[in-house]
Amino acid sequence: MKHYLLSVMQPVGEPPAPEVLKEIMHNLDVLHAELREAGAWVFAGGLHGPETATVLRAQDGDVLITDGPYTESKEHLGGICLIKAPDLDAALEWGRKATIATTLPIEVRPFMGEAED
Amino acid sequence: MTPNADIEAVFRAEYGRAVAVLVRFLGGIDLAEEAVQDAFATALRTWPESGVPPSPAGWIITTARNRAIDRLRRESSREARHAEAAHLYAQDEPAEEGPVRDDRLRLIFTCCHPALATQAQVALTLRLLGGLTTPQIARAFLVPEPTMAQRLVRAKAKIRDARIPYRIPRDADLPDRVRGVLAVVYLIFNEGYGGRADLCAEALRLGRLLAELMPDEPEALGLLALMLLIEARRPARTTPDGELVLLSDQDRSQWDRALIAEGQSLVRACLRRNRPGPYQIQAAINAVHSDAPTPAATDWGQILQLYDQLAALTPSPVVALNRAVAVAEVDGPKPALALVDALDLDGYHAFHAVRADLLRRLGRHTEAVRAYDAAIALTENAAERTYLERSRAALVRT
Repeated sequence: MKHYLLSVMQPVGEPPAPEVLKEIMHNLDVLHAELREAGAWVFAGGLHGPETATVLRAQDGDVLITDGPYTESKEHLGGICLIKAPDLDAALEWGRKATIATTLPIEVRPFMGEAED
Repeated sequence: MTPNADIEAVFRAEYGRAVAVLVRFLGGIDLAEEAVQDAFATALRTWPESGVPPSPAGWIITTARNRAIDRLRRESSREARHAEAAHLYAQDEPAEEGPVRDDRLRLIFTCCHPALATQAQVALTLRLLGGLTTPQIARAFLVPEPTMAQRLVRAKAKIRDARIPYRIPRDADLPDRVRGVLAVVYLIFNEGYGGRADLCAEALRLGRLLAELMPDEPEALGLLALMLLIEARRPARTTPDGELVLLSDQDRSQWDRALIAEGQSLVRACLRRNRPGPYQIQAAINAVHSDAPTPAATDWGQILQLYDQLAALTPSPVVALNRAVAVAEVDGPKPALALVDALDLDGYHAFHAVRADLLRRLGRHTEAVRAYDAAIALTENAAERTYLERSRAALVRT
């Protein structure tokens, strides 16, 4: 088995209307339950917006702290889901369900090394 | 035949099969390629003295397998244990024939995985199944060799690191994946259409392989038929100086009758299944052309009907442009020009070439010359440019 990171790519701007968001959250709950059922679940969580981010930089033996995200961009990481899957096709199948559930693009990336089964 | 020519022939016919078997056996693409290349190097040394073995392909696969095991034992890595386990498992397997075919299909599907960029899919397919070298592929795609080498390395690394599985996708995914695989083979063919006969031959070989491996997929048969019918006209398509000869001006006695017969019988087999797709329809259009003993005898009415069907199935401006050419033959250049002028294809050389021809036939010569100029400026193929320049010159003289 291998670990894959499913990243939810969220556009900058207002969140969707409450009733839309409610449906998305419900779909995600269903997906997470399905992941647990299949033994593919490791961890998942949503992130607060990039305005809540703080960046640390090592500089000349000191550490510089700045407010805001590492890069300004039109999309940011909105949440992650860490799964276990035997291969990319299996991971992409979960990614397919995740993009339908969230209505947002999902980036799928493998972790280095093997996952403990 | 000399042993070297034998080895060359075995290489062309069996390289992909050997790599496919070794990928399954060793679990890694690079290892498999090295092992197969090792085996061919050994053949070059030993066959001239010992003679060509009775089953050259079997000899190559066995030698590659043994070489890979020896090397892995020496290096005593994790892969070595994997390979040894696979070796023990492989000994229980029956003779090569059945699973071998399957191996090549798996490798094609791995090369054409949608997680890889289209260009990488084409390059990998040519490299692993066709046995083309990196410089050959780089030349075919007009990119510098290091660029192509890096593209191949990256694609193989993604297969390994993201663990793209080495298997034929499930039935539910198959229609989508087959489309990608067929598109890659047709891209290879089109890449060769401009002059690289070897790439067309490679695409035909892969097309035959797919048709053989997926006899229930009518589009696989359709693609093979399409490529055969186009390839049949190769001898008549250019003059000895390399200038393009239009379909209507070609010496039809030069067409390859055997390829046409094969293509047409495939088209008939497809029609019987009645599950038309874009490749089958394009093959049928080419079959109608092949049927006509003279250009005047061409059944343009039937061709137009087929284009109507194609436009309904895969509507696109390029299909509409080709359909307009058939309209010109059935209803005359005027309604055809109206259809062409409505298309948004300003950056496409064929759009201007078709317009130029229609304007010429309507006697609007000044506009026709301007359209030829636009087509010439956008054409990258030398044979085609020569043809367009000559047509333009003929118009200026009159």
